[in-house]
Amino acid sequence: MATTMDHQIVEDLKAAGIDYITSVPCKQLAGVIEVLEGTSEIMHMPSNKEDEGMGLCAGAFMGGMKPAIVMQNTALGVVVNTLATLIQFYQIPLPMLISYRGEVGEPVACQVEMALHTKAILNQLHIPTYHFHKPEDAAELPGILEYAQMASKPVAILCDASFWRASA
Amino acid sequence: MIRNDVFKTLIPVISEHLVVCNIGAPSQELHALDDRASNFYMLGTMGLSSSIGLGLAAAQDKPVIAIDGDGSVLTNLGTLATIGNNPQGNFTLLIIDNGSYGSTGDQPTYAGMKTDLAAVAKACGAETVQTVSAEDTAEAVKAAIASDQTTIIVSKCESGNVKVPVIKTNPIVIRERFMEEVRR
Ligand SMILES: Cc1ncc(C[n+]2csc(CCOP(=O)(O)OP(=O)(O)O)c2C)c(N)n1
Ligand SMILES: [Mg+2]
Repeated sequence: MATTMDHQIVEDLKAAGIDYITSVPCKQLAGVIEVLEGTSEIMHMPSNKEDEGMGLCAGAFMGGMKPAIVMQNTALGVVVNTLATLIQFYQIPLPMLISYRGEVGEPVACQVEMALHTKAILNQLHIPTYHFHKPEDAAELPGILEYAQMASKPVAILCDASFWRASA
Repeated sequence: MIRNDVFKTLIPVISEHLVVCNIGAPSQELHALDDRASNFYMLGTMGLSSSIGLGLAAAQDKPVIAIDGDGSVLTNLGTLATIGNNPQGNFTLLIIDNGSYGSTGDQPTYAGMKTDLAAVAKACGAETVQTVSAEDTAEAVKAAIASDQTTIIVSKCESGNVKVPVIKTNPIVIRERFMEEVRR
């Protein structure tokens, strides 16, 4: 069941003019994806892998849409080349709503391994990174979405287990 | 016929349309033969030409031709399922199937061995899939652009590249002038 926060996030995306979203699911993103499926103003085109998804977003952007990607932090292990050679090389604005698995509250030990690399990868790529830990942190989302367009850059919004739990 | 020969026959058919072109030799050869603002040269992201093309076709109404390679489609096989499940009538995917990783020295791909990309595309739910000879490619692409169905064309050609310069155009220039063509 989608929470008020899931609805708030999608409302903010809509208000920022985001009209194309690709996603690969995560348990923490299930509510957002459920809301997206019922949001006619946003074209939701699921992808099989996040680098593929970023290709779709690049095309949608050049076609005049405002894309975003919804993905798990483990996907950062997949998309480094695509972020550098496609999204950054051609300066494509791309908000990345990322579930931050492997943080405090995580039940699956294996998720911790990529959590340890998540911010390091984003830092290495010089990607503006925001970390939502408490529900009130989400108040920054509209500003972050505007910032991504202004800067023509990918930006990462990491949402951890504490954020989702307290927002439920 | 090698890729560059196919391109020569293709240019009259695609030059007025939005084209997304595969990394390496394909982009360089197209650029050398017929550089246009309506060509988007994907210079560094093996596998994503078809995905960029699909996103572009979904976002606007003009016909889009994505030129990809057998090796690149193999590296992003999931793209065929995404295309199959999100048909865009204005989208044509042309897979130049030379059975090799041409740009890196013609090493064989599995598509040149036992793997049939057209059969994979069909199994992925793609609407219209054709395998054509190099000679028949331009005609097939012309018909695909005119049709209102997503079409995947697997063009069987010989392995080989011609010597052409690398593309030195600034990526933002490539992207901006391309987007101007989209808006035109
Ligand atoms: C991730 C990654 N691995 C390897 C390469 C090197 N590479 C560039 S082009 C290419 C071959 C692509 O083959 P294909 O798509 O069949 O195109 P062709 O040149 O044969 O037309 C390879 C392996 C790369 N650019 N990126
Ligand atoms: Mg090839």
